[in-house]
Amino acid sequence: MNPFSLFRRGSAPIARERLQILLAHERNAQNQPDLLGILREEILALISRHVCFDPEKVQIKMDRGKSVSTLAVDIEIPNSAPVVLQRAV
Amino acid sequence: MDKKSAARVVVVTSGKGGVGKTTTTAALGAALAQGGDKVAVIDFDVGLRNLDLVLGAERRVVFDLINVIHGVAKLPQALIRDKRLETLYLLPASQTRDKDALTEDGVAKVIAELRTRFDWIICDSPAGIERGATLAMRHADAAIIVTNPEVSSVRDSDRIIGLLDSKTEKAERGECVDKQLLITRYHPWRAARGEMLSIDDVLEILSIPLLGIIPESEEVLRASNLGSPVTLNNASSAPARAYFDAARRLTGETVPMQVPSESRRILDKLFGRKAA
Repeated sequence: MNPFSLFRRGSAPIARERLQILLAHERNAQNQPDLLGILREEILALISRHVCFDPEKVQIKMDRGKSVSTLAVDIEIPNSAPVVLQRAV
Repeated sequence: MDKKSAARVVVVTSGKGGVGKTTTTAALGAALAQGGDKVAVIDFDVGLRNLDLVLGAERRVVFDLINVIHGVAKLPQALIRDKRLETLYLLPASQTRDKDALTEDGVAKVIAELRTRFDWIICDSPAGIERGATLAMRHADAAIIVTNPEVSSVRDSDRIIGLLDSKTEKAERGECVDKQLLITRYHPWRAARGEMLSIDDVLEILSIPLLGIIPESEEVLRASNLGSPVTLNNASSAPARAYFDAARRLTGETVPMQVPSESRRILDKLFGRKAA
C-alpha cells in the first residue's frame, strides 16, 4: 500500500467539480443543436473543398471547460496533396 | 376501505440501474400500507421483473400488466394482495414479453382504474430512458429520483429530471411533476472523509428537494433475500427508519432529516471493546 495514500485528499471534491461542468454542458445541449458537431462538419467540408486529405488523418479534440470549451481540428495535409479546383457555380 | 382523498401516482425512477428503485418501491409501498393507506405497486420493468421477488410474491403471479393492457385479464384478477399487509397490492410486469408490449393507451387506462381504487399508485420504473421508463413516469403526480452518491448515478438522475420536466402528462399540460430526491447506499463515514459525494454536493448539483437518505446496510440485502420489504422485515433497522421517515414526508408531513451516522456507532463499538 502506498503510504502517501493515507494523506491523500478525498476524491469527492473532484467528483463534484467534474459533475458540475459536465451537467452544465448536458443541460444546455438538450435544447440546442450540437454546436461542436456542426463546426466539425463544416470545417472539414470547407477544407475538403480546397485540398484532398485522408479522413483518417484527421484528429478532432474537444475539451469542455467550465467557462470555455475548445475544439481542435488537426488535419494532416500531405505536401503533395492535389488541390481541388473550385468549379464556378 | 374508503378512499380519503385523491389518489397519488408516484414514479420511482433513476436512469441508472442497480441504485435501489425496486427496493425503494417495496419499502415505501409497505411503509404507506402499514399506515393504513391502500397502495398498489406496479412493476414497469417488462421482461426483467423483480418487484414480485423483492415482495416475496414471485410464486403467486398469474396475470400481469401486459395481460391487463391486452384485455386477457381484468385488473382485479392481476392484482396480487400482499400476504402480510392487506392494503398492499402488486401489479407485476410480464417476464416473457418485451417493453414494446406496453401501449400508451393501455397504461393510461390501467392507471386511471387504479386511481379509483387506491390511495397510492407507485410505479417502479425500469432503468434507462426507453419506453418502459417513459411510460412509468408518464402519468406521475410525483417522482422519487433514486440516486447513489456517485458520479454516474448523479448524471443519469439529471437526465431523468429533464425527462420528467418534458415528457410527462403534467409537463405537457404546463404543470410540474413534484420531484424529490432519495439518496440510497449512503456511507456516512466515506462522505465525512471526502471519499464520497456528500448529501450537500448531490443536492447542490441536482437542486431538487430531499425526500430521504437511506444508509448502506446489510438489512436491505437481508430483506430482499427473504422477499420482504425492509420496512416490514426489520422495522427498527436504520434503512427501515429512513424509509418510514421518507414515507411520512411523501404524505406531506414535516419530518426532521436524520443524516445517518453509522461511523460513530462503529467507533463507539471499537472503543467500547478496547475499554472492556
